[in-house]
Amino acid sequence: MSNSSPEYSLAELAIVAASEIFRDETPEVFATLIGTLPKLAGYVARETFLPGMMMSDGLYYLAAEPVPVGPRPGFESKKEGRIGYERVFTIVAKGNRHAFVGPVQVDKYGQMNLSCIGDYEKPKVTMLGVRGLPGNTVNNRTSMFFANHNKRALVEGEVSMVSGAGYNPARYPNGKYPIGLDHRQIITNLCVLDFEGPNHSIRVRSLHPGVTFEEVQDNTGFELVRPDNIPETAAPTQAQLDIIAKYDPHNMRAYIFKDNPAGRRAS
Amino acid sequence: MLDKRMSLADIVGQLEDGMTIGIGGWGARQKPMALIREIVKSDLKDLTIVSYGGCDVGMLASARKIKKLIFSFVTLDAIPLEAHFRRARSAGEFEVMEIDEGMFQLGLKAAAQRLDFLPCIAGLGTDVMTYNPDIKTIKSPYSDDHYVAMPALNLDVALCHVLEADQKGNSHIGGPDMFFDEWFCRAAKKSYLTCERIVETSAFNDDHKILRMPIERNLVAGVAEAKFGAHPTSCGPDYGFDVPHLKAYNATAKEGWDGYVSDFIEEADYTAKIGGADHIRSLALPAF
Repeated sequence: MSNSSPEYSLAELAIVAASEIFRDETPEVFATLIGTLPKLAGYVARETFLPGMMMSDGLYYLAAEPVPVGPRPGFESKKEGRIGYERVFTIVAKGNRHAFVGPVQVDKYGQMNLSCIGDYEKPKVTMLGVRGLPGNTVNNRTSMFFANHNKRALVEGEVSMVSGAGYNPARYPNGKYPIGLDHRQIITNLCVLDFEGPNHSIRVRSLHPGVTFEEVQDNTGFELVRPDNIPETAAPTQAQLDIIAKYDPHNMRAYIFKDNPAGRRAS
Repeated sequence: MLDKRMSLADIVGQLEDGMTIGIGGWGARQKPMALIREIVKSDLKDLTIVSYGGCDVGMLASARKIKKLIFSFVTLDAIPLEAHFRRARSAGEFEVMEIDEGMFQLGLKAAAQRLDFLPCIAGLGTDVMTYNPDIKTIKSPYSDDHYVAMPALNLDVALCHVLEADQKGNSHIGGPDMFFDEWFCRAAKKSYLTCERIVETSAFNDDHKILRMPIERNLVAGVAEAKFGAHPTSCGPDYGFDVPHLKAYNATAKEGWDGYVSDFIEEADYTAKIGGADHIRSLALPAF
């Protein structure tokens, strides 16, 4: 398809696939990018088709230019405004935000867990806490990233502690979804999922090269919607790879997936 | 002339068993750690702690000071998981009220305005509502919408660390983010500040500093100078957080934390013990 197909890693494939979550975004969306993959995905979107995207420097300022990932001694971010936490909360509530987050678990409703696993009084595993997930998920577009697509992450039934809301009508006072509930995509090491199945059920949107639907289903704790034709996740172009390299000079992307596998599996 | 200067011990002497105490800062940033260390050394018990949590929560947890924790997260930022909090939470050592970050600030803002609650939609559809049956929903009087009625988080006391303060209680946060210190102070019956340095009031006759002075002095009951009083958390722009120290501290959740208490919390010359003033000033500000 592309004139010459460059070599690429699974991380680079997933970064470029994830950049597509912003394809239908508003021109000046405030994107919250947490972690190496979400950040680089946001940067690819910004440099290719969404130049007006707003983002934080990760600390306090609106960054006029993407802040590279990894160590950057002496680097001074270029500021275009301020975006302290109190302002972030007002932006969350107003709605024009896309949060690209990495929860520990997700279920068939798109409900997420970042709090704890097991008995709530004495959890087997305590994690961070619900953080801003309850507010994000009922107000903002939400996409997720899972580095390990398996049944411990994409769970059967409901997640242990529903920290982020999803499409589960039984959980709302009048059965009506909140105004901003709008889950977009889930990027994993195997595929891209979306919420475009019947009643927002989770559907396989594309499969990474060499991955089958059956492999994805076998590693998922709930039933996935299988479209008739599932495309292969698009390979990165050289231009996209160049953007990734520019903002990841220390190759932090090599640590996104265990052993940094190639994008196209050896057959 | 107003003079609200106190010692750290004086401030902790104002606290009582069972109080609800709000702690300013965020994660591993701008925490009133000198006061936290003083509380750890005290006989105080059964506290309800309200915090965007970092090692303040972890230390109070391992010192068995917490009866109930009101929180959204506990993290050391550069180190995502706070080991002392995790240990104590998984052991069921305290009750929890776990709420969304935005609900948390609304709770403070409701208290600040002497309201019972403020409405929001954060929390709908989640287990925040399941595990906090005291948090009610209400139907809008204007439409068919339902909102979460986030109850006021009324505090007995707020404790915050700022860059500079004068003896009257005026204060300047060095930033960059002032977090919710203002709202902790407004939600509290009494607020106490620690600061890197006590300055003359004339130091605040400065248009740039004034933009970072969210806490007016009549909210403040007492001020104590505590140089490096946020360590091992950051206090911009003077110093960043001490990642090696936080890592070593985090490890004591498993190994047992008595050594940390005797080595650091009970240490008379804390600054020297952690490597001296120049070391602290050299700690890089956080970057993510």
